[in-house]
Amino acid sequence: MSLDPATVRRIAHLARIHIEADDIPRWQAELNGILGWIEQLAALDVAGVPPLTGVAETALPMREDVVTDGGMPEKILANAPSRADSYFVVPKVVE
Amino acid sequence: MSYTIDGKTGPWELVIGLEVHAQVISRAKLFSGAATVFGGAPNSQVSFIDAAFPGMLPVINRECVAQAVRTGLGLNAEIHLESRFDRKNYFYADLPAGYQISQYQHPIVGRGVIEIELADGEVRQIGITRLHLEQDAGKSLHDQHPTKSYIDLNRAGVALMEIVSEPDLRSPEEAGAYLRKLRTVLRYLGTCDGNMDEGSMRADVNVSVRKSGEPFRTRCEVKNVNSVRFVMQAIEAEARRQIAVWEEGGTVLQETRLFEPARGITRSMRNKEDAHDYRYFPDPDLLPLKLDPAWVEALRADLPELPDAKKQRFMAEYGLPAYDAGVLVAEQASADYFEAVARGREGRFAANWVIGDLFAALNRTGRTIETSPVAPGALGELLDLVADGTINGRIAKDVFEDMVESGEAPAEIVARKNLRQVTDTGAIESAVASVLAANADKVAEYKSGKEKLFGFFVGQVMKAMAGKGNPALVNDVLRRHLA
Repeated sequence: MSLDPATVRRIAHLARIHIEADDIPRWQAELNGILGWIEQLAALDVAGVPPLTGVAETALPMREDVVTDGGMPEKILANAPSRADSYFVVPKVVE
Repeated sequence: MSYTIDGKTGPWELVIGLEVHAQVISRAKLFSGAATVFGGAPNSQVSFIDAAFPGMLPVINRECVAQAVRTGLGLNAEIHLESRFDRKNYFYADLPAGYQISQYQHPIVGRGVIEIELADGEVRQIGITRLHLEQDAGKSLHDQHPTKSYIDLNRAGVALMEIVSEPDLRSPEEAGAYLRKLRTVLRYLGTCDGNMDEGSMRADVNVSVRKSGEPFRTRCEVKNVNSVRFVMQAIEAEARRQIAVWEEGGTVLQETRLFEPARGITRSMRNKEDAHDYRYFPDPDLLPLKLDPAWVEALRADLPELPDAKKQRFMAEYGLPAYDAGVLVAEQASADYFEAVARGREGRFAANWVIGDLFAALNRTGRTIETSPVAPGALGELLDLVADGTINGRIAKDVFEDMVESGEAPAEIVARKNLRQVTDTGAIESAVASVLAANADKVAEYKSGKEKLFGFFVGQVMKAMAGKGNPALVNDVLRRHLA
């Protein structure tokens, strides 16, 4: 499998990463290299082997249904590039 | 008879599936300890996890898992003892992480079934494809500023159940019945409040049309419809649009659309085509969710009586017709109220009063069953006064209206207004005699065969007795005098 320049641009767009046209061949080469490693893994026969979901065989830890967090709008908004009262403000996004 | 819409080329069938997002009732969010209460000050119920600050890790809320399991059990569905969480990636201002934690290939609940009843009494089984747990997004306010959107993350991270139906629905009516039934089941289970106004239950509607006997044609998804009525209107509007496209020789394209209630149409969301490339992958922050079968069984044992079972019991135990039983079980509070009135009394009599007079009074006064001006015990006492002959059924209606107004006990109202039924035959005899004497012409007509006039005489006698005559005795005395 090999990525063409259009796919590279599309992946960048989906991730909202800006890349210059001049850089596309470099990204194409790097991503194809990664896909090459994945293809090596795909060559292994894992039929009948359950997926490994972690190296520590522990169960998903759970929390009780208790309110222990929140109540700190100033801290939440501390990094907001723009705000009004206690809202984040962003360019209008509406269908 | 199946529902169709007539186009220029003849009748078309509808194929409908619903995806319902139901907000889980819990104190804290799915993966954080922030509160879920509706209507808090903006961004006051947000943890660093919900706001996607770097380095924060999600920890799942056990109660949210339990709610999903209860819902699955209530929908007669398979519970998957192992399920997984995935990241669904997209960019939107109210989704700070850039992904929603959801369940893609391994949902917590699999196939189930829900039974709906239509207006003509037909019962249909509607398949549930799956139910999965996921995070809600924050809320965008678009009407606060001409060029900006305001973002409140209080809702971000609240647990949602996405409940997906099979494409088994065939008409707007069936879709409406499905939504109402699902809402009733969720409310009984206490897993979602079903409040569509506050957005705690929202529906995406998949619609396609076809000629009889055909396989499915291309469907469109109408997003975020927020009332049962709008769902039904959106289905019809979208079906009519698709029929017109096919009949003009066009092709319906699979796309996401929005319903505009004011104009009664759907319109394309004009998304870029890659908007749906969610690039799901397993969330590396979360291990698989494994459930202990004993825990699931304990949740099953604690389920409340559900509406279908309660309806059957009301029919068997109280002798109610299916329709009345269905009306009463639609809300658990109505069913509880009815049972409090009916216990130890005649069930159908109690049901008639609850469905008829009580519901009418609630509508008129803008109250709900929870805030009813007449408590079930008081309504029961009123029914007892009718049953033991203290007042007749006609007077009971007046006493009930007085109870709604004054909140007084029925026996006090009867005493205060002197409404006891008159069973003294002497008083009835004299009222009958004076009515007949005053209407000699009608008596003659009656005797010459116009027997319909009997009702007129009953009415006149009752009027003369201020409505308090015992109806059976009045009838007897009249019959004797007119013989």
